[in-house]
Amino acid sequence: MNKVALGVFLGGVLGVFDGLTAWFTPEVRNEILGIIIGSTFKGVVAGLLIGLFARKVDDMKWTIPFGILVAGTFAFFVAHMQGKYYFEIMLPGAIVGLITGYATERYGRGPAPKAEVAR
Amino acid sequence: MSSLSDRALDKIGRSLATSEIEGANVDDRYVLVRLVGEGGMGAVWEAEDSALGRRVALKIVDPIVAGPALTGRLVREAKLLAGLEHPGLVPVHDTGTLADGRVYCAMKLVRGERLDAHLANIRSRPDRLRLFLRVCEPVAFAHAHGVVHRDLKPSNVMVGPFGEVLVMDWGVAKVLAGAGDEEVRTAVSAPAPSGLIAGTAAGTVVGTRGWMAPEQERGEAGVDVRADIWALGRLLAFILADGDQIPKPLSSIVARACAESRGARYPSVEALAADVARYLDGEAVSAHPESILERAVRFARRHEVAILLLLAYLLARAAVYLIMRR
Repeated sequence: MNKVALGVFLGGVLGVFDGLTAWFTPEVRNEILGIIIGSTFKGVVAGLLIGLFARKVDDMKWTIPFGILVAGTFAFFVAHMQGKYYFEIMLPGAIVGLITGYATERYGRGPAPKAEVAR
Repeated sequence: MSSLSDRALDKIGRSLATSEIEGANVDDRYVLVRLVGEGGMGAVWEAEDSALGRRVALKIVDPIVAGPALTGRLVREAKLLAGLEHPGLVPVHDTGTLADGRVYCAMKLVRGERLDAHLANIRSRPDRLRLFLRVCEPVAFAHAHGVVHRDLKPSNVMVGPFGEVLVMDWGVAKVLAGAGDEEVRTAVSAPAPSGLIAGTAAGTVVGTRGWMAPEQERGEAGVDVRADIWALGRLLAFILADGDQIPKPLSSIVARACAESRGARYPSVEALAADVARYLDGEAVSAHPESILERAVRFARRHEVAILLLLAYLLARAAVYLIMRR
């Protein structure tokens, strides 16, 4: 799987999983569907950005911080909308970014090298 | 007056011959620079190729001393290598016969060290295995052209200063009937000069004891590529003997390559190399059927970072859950 597709896939899957964990918080359990949809969307967009970045720089040591930054920023906006639970939302969100960044570089396929045409 | 022994006289005679020959011009082209090695059948010199301005290795064999069989093998090796072009095989530039009847062969001057010496500097097992894979390449290439080496051993593998691997000494190589290149078969079967013997009679044992496949040691006819696969298995065991315990998949690879029965061995060098490459990539090897536990351990080792990250995520989630419940 190429890096962009893998980033989108992982971001989506981890987003669904992230949303599902809301089940363990009784106060928000009745809003779980909205949380899952929002979390998945956030994951897909973050995964897409991380995948594009990974394809561009092709370097683990840059993609991982970028993943943490992007996913952490998205998580910050979500927490900001609620006005609370900053740490509780941003910590797992940043780890999801770290995992997506690592996995896209480690397992994603880079673009094929361009063939040089002899003149 | 005490008399000198034959051995001492021989030694003096040789050293006189050596000092006489240094700086000599061979065939009006090769100026002998330095004696690299000397054996019972002749000598190997570092020489200056005056026509092309480069250094070459010049093997010179005296048919009277070495006998027609060994001299024939030098000619045969030169012809065989000339038909096989591969970065892992020493290119032959020229061959000929001197006025005094000695036969010479000009080859690429290989700078580097023997595999056994080189291994002393490689501590990492994956690096040792990657080196083994590079040894497999020219052997597989020769097999694809119908040539079996029959004398693979650490002293016949050279590693150059840039890590390039060269498989040497194809003097006892066998060209398989009806296989490989017409060019190689024709070159090797062409009559050797001065009636020299250029092949090996059926039933003759050729190779080095301890590095020969069982069927080769018994002098059986019909030795094929699987004899080299056996020797490569021995070479792999030699490369792995670094003091650490050998993992089961690797010992299974060695066991399969060195199976007593030819049919139980890998069918080709490529298959053997593919198994070693699979081991290096953390994949299952064909020589070792895994238990579920072994498979799980291998999977965990191969993806340990990803698994640790997922565990970190789950731990973070659990921590958040516990904090929020308080």
